[in-house]
Parts: sequence; C-alpha cells; structure tokens
Amino acid sequence: MKDVEITLTVNGEKKKVRVSPKESLLHVLRDKLHYISVKANCYRGECGICTVLMNGFPVKSCQVLAVETDDADIVTVEGLSKNGEPSLIQKAFIEKFGFQCGFCTPAFILAGHYIVENMPDATDEEIKEVLNGIVCRCTGYKQIIDAIKLALQWKKEGKS
Amino acid sequence: MTYKYVGKSVPRIDKDKVLGGAEFAFDFEIPGMLWAKLVGSPYPHARIVSIDYSEALRVPGVVRVFTGDDFPFKVGLYAADRDVLARGKTLYYGQPVAGIVAETLQAAEEAAEKIVIEYEPLPYSLSVEESLSPDAPIIHEEMSKYKHAVFIYPKPGTNIAHHTKVRKGNAEKVLKDADVVVEKTYRLPLLTHYYLEPWTGVARVRSEGTVEVWSSHQSPFAVRELLSKSLNIPMHKLVVHHLYTGGGFGGKAGLLLEHIPILFSMKLGGRPVKLRLTARENFFFMAQRAGYVLKMKTGATKDGRIIAHWGEYYLDAGAYADYTVNMARAIGLTATGPYEIPNVHVDSYAVYTNKVPTTAFRGFTMQELHTAFESQIDELAHELGVDPVEFRAKNLFVPGKSLTAIGERLKEDAGDPLTPVLEVNKILSNVGIGPRKDKPWVIRSKGIAAFWKGPFQPSSAASSAIVKVNEDGSVDILVGTGEMGQGTITALTQIVAEELGIPPKKIRVSPHRQTDMVPYTWQTVGSRGLFSESMSLLMACEDLKEQIKEAASIAFTVNKDMIEVRDGKACVVGEPWHCIPIEKLAIGYMNEKGVTVGGPLIGRGYYVPPRNVLTDPETGQVMEEGHLAPFYTFGAGGVEVEINLLTGEIKVITAATVLDTPEVNPGLAEGQVIGGAVMGINIALREEIKYDVRREFKGIYPDGMLLNPCLTGYIVARAGDIPKKFEWKFLGVKQKDAPYGAKGIAELTMIPWPAAIANAIYNAIGVRITDLPLSPERVIAEIKKQKPELLEKAMEYLRINLKGGDNEH
Ligand code: FES
Ligand code: FES
Repeated sequence: MKDVEITLTVNGEKKKVRVSPKESLLHVLRDKLHYISVKANCYRGECGICTVLMNGFPVKSCQVLAVETDDADIVTVEGLSKNGEPSLIQKAFIEKFGFQCGFCTPAFILAGHYIVENMPDATDEEIKEVLNGIVCRCTGYKQIIDAIKLALQWKKEGKS
Repeated sequence: MTYKYVGKSVPRIDKDKVLGGAEFAFDFEIPGMLWAKLVGSPYPHARIVSIDYSEALRVPGVVRVFTGDDFPFKVGLYAADRDVLARGKTLYYGQPVAGIVAETLQAAEEAAEKIVIEYEPLPYSLSVEESLSPDAPIIHEEMSKYKHAVFIYPKPGTNIAHHTKVRKGNAEKVLKDADVVVEKTYRLPLLTHYYLEPWTGVARVRSEGTVEVWSSHQSPFAVRELLSKSLNIPMHKLVVHHLYTGGGFGGKAGLLLEHIPILFSMKLGGRPVKLRLTARENFFFMAQRAGYVLKMKTGATKDGRIIAHWGEYYLDAGAYADYTVNMARAIGLTATGPYEIPNVHVDSYAVYTNKVPTTAFRGFTMQELHTAFESQIDELAHELGVDPVEFRAKNLFVPGKSLTAIGERLKEDAGDPLTPVLEVNKILSNVGIGPRKDKPWVIRSKGIAAFWKGPFQPSSAASSAIVKVNEDGSVDILVGTGEMGQGTITALTQIVAEELGIPPKKIRVSPHRQTDMVPYTWQTVGSRGLFSESMSLLMACEDLKEQIKEAASIAFTVNKDMIEVRDGKACVVGEPWHCIPIEKLAIGYMNEKGVTVGGPLIGRGYYVPPRNVLTDPETGQVMEEGHLAPFYTFGAGGVEVEINLLTGEIKVITAATVLDTPEVNPGLAEGQVIGGAVMGINIALREEIKYDVRREFKGIYPDGMLLNPCLTGYIVARAGDIPKKFEWKFLGVKQKDAPYGAKGIAELTMIPWPAAIANAIYNAIGVRITDLPLSPERVIAEIKKQKPELLEKAMEYLRINLKGGDNEH
C-alpha cells in the first residue's frame, strides 16, 4: 500500500498532507502539523485524551485513520478562540477551575464545546455520558461538569 | 482579619492549558533529536545468556543499540540499587534490558522487534511472604556493596532492603493486660498512579560539557541531586528543566528515568535524545505504588483507652526500593495514626520481590496506614460496645499534650484532630443504616475515618524564593517548586499580591523551572510545596519591603521606619499624599537632579523547618525535643454508601471531607478535595495491579508478568463513577508559623476513603474486609465467609420482590 495525499481542514485552514495507510489522525495532527494541544496516552482508544472534533463530533484521533479524514473538518483547542477571544467553554473552564495538570484539558474542552453547541438542555447524567470516554486523573470531574453547565447557562443567557 | 486576595477563588494563572499552547515534556523537541526505545525482559528473574542486536542495527535509521554492559554502575539516592539496563540478570518482567536510539521513533520501534535475547529463567518471588521464606531466591545478591543513606538499614543476604524499629513503652507486655485486643492483617495491592502524561525526557550534552534534560517530574532539584550523585556530574554542569507536568501524585518524585536519555546522549556525542513512554510502557519502566502487608495488634481497656499497639508493616518494594526504603521509615515512624498510645512496638520493612519497582502515591504511605489503622479503631470500638466517634474523641492526639509514637510532643497550635471527626459525623447524621425499602437487598450505610499527615522530609529540607520588581511595577516570582496541576503557582501569586498590595494579575510566576535560574527547593512532595515556598516568599517580601523603605526614606528624607508599603506604593506614615509607586523604585530611585539611590529591587527569602530532628535507629524516638515535620494537617472523611448484597457492588452516594486548616484559594482547594476523594474512593473499590501470585495462570500468561497494564484491565474512575454528592469544610484553624495559618492539603484529601468505606460495610452487615480493593467479588466472598446467611436473605428478598412484580427497578 502506498502513501496518499489527503486534504483536511484544521481550525478553518486547509492542509494537504501525505500519509501512510496505517497512520492515525493523531499522528498527522501532532507530529506532522504540530497541533500540540492534541495529547496522547494509550494510543489504543482507552483514555480519550486525544479527542478532537471531526465534522463537529468528538472522536478519539488515535483511532481514526488519517486516510478517512480526507475532506474532513477538524477542530482542536487551538481553533476555539476567535480573534484572541476565548470561547464560552474555555471561559467557563477558567471560571470553575475545571482543570489541574492540564494534560486532559484539551479533550474535555472539545467534548464540552460539543455539548454546549448540540445539547442545550443536557442533564448531569447526559453530560457524564459524553465525558465517560475521557479520563482525567486530577480533577475528579466535578469542576469539569460544573464548567460545562456554566457554559450551557451562559449560552442560554445569550452571553458570548 | 480578612484579606484582599488570600482566601479568595482567584482564577488559575496557567490558563494556557485551556487556551492552547501549554508545553509539557511530552511535547518538547529539539532539532536533530534522536528517539530512544527500550526493550523489556520477558522473565521476572533470569540470567541474561546472550544479546544479539546485529539485525536491529541493520534497520535504516538506527544509530546505536545499548545494553547493560555499556553502563557498569548503579543509580539511586536512598539505596542505590538500580541498573540502567539489566546487567547479568533481570529482576522483573518488563525490566529494560536493551535500548535503541534511532533517527525516528518508527525505526527505533522496528529495531526493538529484532533484538534477540537468550535468557535462563531463575526462581522468582511475587510476594512479601515468598521473599521472606527461608528458601527465597535472593534478588539483590550484591546488596552489601550498594551505597545507601545513613538512615537506611539493609540486610544483605536477604530480600530486606530496609528495616525501621519503633519502641515506646512495653507494648508486648501491656497487650496482655488489655481488655480487648484486635488483631488483623491488611493487604493492599500495588497500584499505578495513572497520571495522564506518560513519563518523557529529552536530554542533550552541550559542546562545552553542560548536560541538559527536559523531563516530566515533580521536583527539579531532586532530579538534579539524584543525577549528579549517580552519574558523577557536578551540579553546575547539569541543568534540569521543568515544563508543565501532566500529573505526578508521587509517581514522578522518586525513581525516574532521566539518566537513560542523558547516558545515551553522552555516548552519542551529545546529540539530543528523547525517550517518551506509552501508557503501557509506563506500567513497566516507571515505579508504581508499593504493595502492603500490615499486621496489627491493638489493645484497649474497658474505659475506652487504647493502651498498646504492636505492628509488623511490610512494603512490597518490587525489584528496586530506592524510594520505598524511605516509605518503610515513614509508615513506621507514624505507626499509630493520629492517636496517642503509650506503648508501641512496630517494625517496618521494605522487601524486594520480582515485580515492578515501586514508590509512593499521594500520601507517602499515609493512605495505606490509615486504611488499616482506622479499621482497627472501628473494630476496637465495636468490641468495646462504644460509639466509634466517642472512642476516637477519647484517644485522638491533644496538641500541646500528646506524645506521638516517636515521642514527639505536638505543638499547641499543631491543629485540631477532633473537630473534623465531629463535623463529618454531623454532615452524615441524617443517613440511616439499613435496607432500602424498594430494594431490601441493597443496604444503606455510613462510615468515617480520621487522619493526619505532615511532610516526611529530611530535617534539613529547605526552600528559597526570589521576588523581583520590574520597571513597570509588575512582579516576577522565582521559586523551585514544580507545577503538576495542584495550582501552587496561582496560590503563590495570591500571597505576594497580599503582601505587596498589588493585584495578582500584575504578578507572574513561570510554570517552567530551570535549576540554574531559580532558587533551590528540596522537593515538591508531601503537600509541602505551597507551605514551604510561601514561607520563603513571606521572607522575600519582607526583604523587598525593607529595600523599598530604604529607597523611599531617602527620596522623602525621612527615617526608614516612617515609611510603609501598601497598595503597591511606599508612603510616609500618616501622610498619604507623600507616596511613590513601586515602579519608580524598581531599578533605583532617581531624583529631579538625576541622582539615583538604591538599585534594582530583589527580595530573597528562605525556609528551613525549625527544630526538625532525627530519630534514634534502635527505638525510632526523636533524638531530642523537636519535630518530624514543620506542620501536620488533621482531618476526617466520611461516606454514605449502598451495598448490594446480590452483586457485591458498593456505591458511594456522598463523600464528606473536613480539614482543620484554612484554605488559601477555595477554587483550588475544592479541586484537591474532589480530586482526592474520587481517586481515593476508586482506589478503595477498583484499583489493583495484578500478578499471578498463586501461579493459577501458569502457562496461560508469561511467568511473573504484570497482568493488567492498560485501562481495560486497570480501572480508573470515569465521570459516571463519581459520588452524587460531595460535602467539604475547612475549619480555618491556624498554625502560627504557617503562611496565613495554612497547611498543606493535596495528599490529605485522598487518605480516609478505603477505611471509611470498609467501616461503612461493617456498620451495615457486620462483615470486616481487610484487603483492597473492595471489589464485588471480594465483597461477595467475604460475606460468604463471614455472614453467609445474609446472601440467602438477600435472595429471598429478591424472590419476594420479583413475585410482587410492580416494584420500581
Ligand atoms: S491516546 Fe488514548 S484514546 Fe487515543
Ligand atoms: S487535569 Fe490532570 S488529568 Fe485532567
């Protein structure tokens, strides 16, 4: 099998990359395009901290083959702030102390962003269900959940 | 007295973690960097007969293959027992035997598959009991040649890496007179910290000879000390860089791997080398939490006084005990928890086994000790027929009066051991004990545990700090402590903001450290970081204020003591119209005629624990009046749980934490309380590194393998697992010589949970479980053993319930 060229959009920018058939999206984003906010730990779909948004949905980038992302739209934490202004979910994580060591934080921010954009009436249980795929060893999750709830509330109040 | 910044939820300053751009060793790269990969042993104990790496060298991009013979020396600090790569024999399954360095990670990985190593298996031990048996294989045959710290007592010719003795009164005799004696053995498995950033290090040697390393660690100066001693590199030629660290929990404090990329780089002309572990490799190459076998005999009289305690505490150290030897000391010297007991006889040991090397985990043996000891306390109370809370109240330390197990008299203002217990009890007062109405096979219950802890450190453990005022009046703080998520750097800006009266947003402390650029601190462990660095900073701020006053007094031609510093200004006392903002003094004060007085403002401070003393090697008693630690934090934890008798599942509904100290930043403190509780509860219920100790899977798995090196086998808590409700409270009891009265909390929040849950199980069904984790299988097995009738009753309930048919499910 030969390397192929794919085109994907990352944080609004079009990128052309040559990838091997076995290569993961994680590898492309971190090692080829240097989006270092995309972290990794297990490389086998267990920890979830390599999560990015692909066409609007959270995916574990270590489990997505790069060749599947031709034409895909990818968002990483680097792409969330607009003109230097942090997004609602980022502000809420700061306000609610939703992070400690920060290694898992990009993944949770993106999952939180997904909830804020798509699940306006999410209950605690529904939030937890989305977050269950991502491990945080520091926070005990409560302040992460509080942050997401605050962002949901802000969004309802029309704050941006 | 209320403060402007201290005690407030000032937002974290490490916002780049949220906004993107936060840099970890994991992310760090240098142009021209090579990649290293390690090959692990497939045997727990085996002679290395031959290593053939000719094929590996043929893989394109491979630069070099290293084996143990390339590094004929040991590394270590407390007990220098580690090979860089196995020499002669391997001591555990997974031990690094060879290392490959290549231009790319892929090439290194490919080459790793091509190394052929021939082994001759040796008998091996997977438990403390096996290692101590008379025909045990000796794991470190050359122990007598190892260098070790003066307070470490190895026993060459055995598998005992260290032995601590504590002797106070005459416990053995007094136990005979006790009205009740509780005798139990507690077994705690090895654990992994599962910090999310797997260990990573990048090293290079500069052409003029300076060795540099960027790595994932807790304490840059401790890394430098270990490397300098082990590799014989003078400290000024060794620069350790600390970036953000992706979690540590004690796992990045002791046995680390910096020496590997450094040594590889040294042999490759100084070229940068990166070693980045995967989560799976992290299980094998990094140290995990030690296992424990804790034997205890504790006696009390009818009137509810504990009169004697006897213990044998064994730490399963795995193959390397460089850090675990000191943990064996810690658990021995704090042998009785927060209780005053006049007669104590304890021996604690670190024992080598053919398992992964070990270290501490958030609490430096104190969760483990309290897991056992707080169960003993509850058992004694039940035996005596008294309320466990009252029983604790009667025996807890009384600061100013009590003598600890090592004869240390606690200071008057040492804290409040009792109120946290009463408060937790109050929080849980509405929780009833008994079967749920809708599902009678589910029993609701509650349990509590008290705890204490101070940083276990050498009596000389120092720290220092520098505060600099910039030309625009903003402030830089320089400290040596590591930031691994606990939020110390944010809290330090609050302290300096308060002292100088300037807003935290004008103050910065870099999350990065470089040992040649920041002042010394011993380590970032033992919940001491915020305490020690704040004490140093208070002194540095005083020093700075003196300099400001000096310059301002010349400017205003008044006496120095007529100047006060507040709100970022130097003012003449009583003349608020006579002020100079500190930016005008930052690099010296220049008058109208151009004459400059003073110079750049740099405050310097340090902290060394006052009157910390050593203990006697034969009795463990303090050598003269003094202390083991500069502070002790006291607290209690309590749980409301549900026990499902049909499945054995334990669910924690409420977790309550009360600590005696004030909080510097409630938002950060909440993070520690919740994070510690979730981690501690999960350790109680689910966590365990598994080995085939009983050889049940012989022939199915490789001999002596760590069986669950992944998140499907080793269960960490997920968002859906956390308790419904958290309650917490800080009592605000101040210690005089503490920064704003506050003591450390980071480890404390994790201590009480296994004991509290075990006590809740006992309260509900009268079954005492002494081993962790409290997994469904273990709970069911123990009920079967201790109270089989309960299972029948539960089945009966279920039958009735199913017949009823209309109950909610
Ligand atoms: S790295 Fe763990 S799920 Fe992708
Ligand atoms: S903040 Fe450290 S793992 Fe989540």
